[in-house]
Amino acid sequence: MTIPALRIEGLHKSFGDLAVLRGIDMVVEEHEVVCLIGASGSGKSTLLRCINLLEPIDAGRIFIKDDEITADGVHLDRIRRRIGIVFQAFNLFPHMSVLDNVTLAPRKALRLPREQAEADATELLARFGLADKRNEVPDRLSGGQQQRVAIVRALAMKPDLLLLDEVTSALDPELVAEVLNVIRELAVGGMTMVIATHEMSFARDIADRVCFLDAGTIIEEGPPAQVLRDPTEARTRQFLQRIIEAGRL
Amino acid sequence: MTPGAPPIVRRRRSTVAWRSTAVALVSTTVVLGGLAWVVVNAPNWPEVQQDFLDGPIFWESLPDLIAAFWTNIRLFLIAEALVLPFGLLLAIMRGLPGPVFVPIRGLATAYVDIFRAVPGIVVIYVLGFGVPGLQIPGVPNEAFFWAVVALTLIYSAYVSEVYRAGIESVHPSQDAAARSLGLSRLQSMRHVILPQAIRRVTPPLLNDFIGLQKDTVLVSFIGVVEIFRTAQIDQAANFNFTPVIAVALVFIVVTIPLARFTDWLVARDKRRAAAGGAR
Repeated sequence: MTIPALRIEGLHKSFGDLAVLRGIDMVVEEHEVVCLIGASGSGKSTLLRCINLLEPIDAGRIFIKDDEITADGVHLDRIRRRIGIVFQAFNLFPHMSVLDNVTLAPRKALRLPREQAEADATELLARFGLADKRNEVPDRLSGGQQQRVAIVRALAMKPDLLLLDEVTSALDPELVAEVLNVIRELAVGGMTMVIATHEMSFARDIADRVCFLDAGTIIEEGPPAQVLRDPTEARTRQFLQRIIEAGRL
Repeated sequence: MTPGAPPIVRRRRSTVAWRSTAVALVSTTVVLGGLAWVVVNAPNWPEVQQDFLDGPIFWESLPDLIAAFWTNIRLFLIAEALVLPFGLLLAIMRGLPGPVFVPIRGLATAYVDIFRAVPGIVVIYVLGFGVPGLQIPGVPNEAFFWAVVALTLIYSAYVSEVYRAGIESVHPSQDAAARSLGLSRLQSMRHVILPQAIRRVTPPLLNDFIGLQKDTVLVSFIGVVEIFRTAQIDQAANFNFTPVIAVALVFIVVTIPLARFTDWLVARDKRRAAAGGAR
């Protein structure tokens, strides 16, 4: 049996009195694509930020392959290089060109020589249709282009695991497809991904497994066809009912 | 809309603009003219005019003053070169997170609080007279040295607050993005946070430097022979205040271009922000 890419045991996280995550257990196999669905405030984003150790956790353990990343004395910066995250609001560095956005971490964190980092970045940008944008600043790009650059920036670190936090929620509707296509391509390429999303039809297409979060716990999970079409939990049905009424599925 | 409407609107607008310009001009002229009239018709005006605005004394003292002004420029440039890194260090110390850094944060906070609270002239006195008075071997005694130290200590406190405001104005998501890529806290500060912060606070930084430039005259009190001290010597020799007025003119000539440059930077940044362009 192979070691899972990600394993989470009994994860708890509170912000002050507000318990956001209340006992998350989760396993993601290598090359698996898992979509997290659930209402706003159900804990999807917090879960992703905890996996990346951007939020200190209150209880529980997280493993990447064999390594417990929540153990005392782990090297945070080294762990984060293995886990890419893409944010809803892109969070590109506005004072740098697209190329510098992509090469900053390889150059500074991995200490790659500039020429090599730039060659790698140029190749990645070209793969995602951004070759002609390499010298632009992020503000000159459309939202869809910015988000694709953010994905390339995360990929440039060659992460073992990619986390995507509602990456299309801040985009105009006509720009959503270009970003989803990039993610689809990554899935085909075998990238292990955990994706928080409101795009149910996308989740249905791309996910190997869907996890439904409600009030900080995963209350239902399974293949998308089952969870999205024939959920067993009443709260999952309610949630999907609202999504269908909003015309999103 | 009728075809004739836009020109009418435009003419009305320009009429309004012309009228408010005229009102502003007239009221300014009346106020300034009135003040001038009051001063010029004061009972003792002829004597004051002679004491403060004596042409020959002005031209006679000006070369000395300009020569002495080089001391102010040296003070200003050296202090500025020290204030920039020291102020930044203080700002970063104050921003260190977590309980581990409480002592460092506290130290930096106390420093900034104290040096902003104590009048600059007192700092200059204490350092300029007090420290050399201790006669510690190896510690310099020159007034110029202590003048630079005093100005650096005072202005670093102000400048660190400017930096801190800039650092805090960069959204935390920028740091999150940098850290998520595996950059260390220091690398994120150096490559992501500071470049954005410093660009935003350049105008207030320059503003503080205008203040520093002017405050170089305060060190005349501990015996540095700079422009104001020279003016005082000339004043005592001639029993005439004109050299002091000349000092004001020298500072105006130097400071106003710097102020305009600051305005220009602010306007440029606004234009860029409005265009959604490079920042």
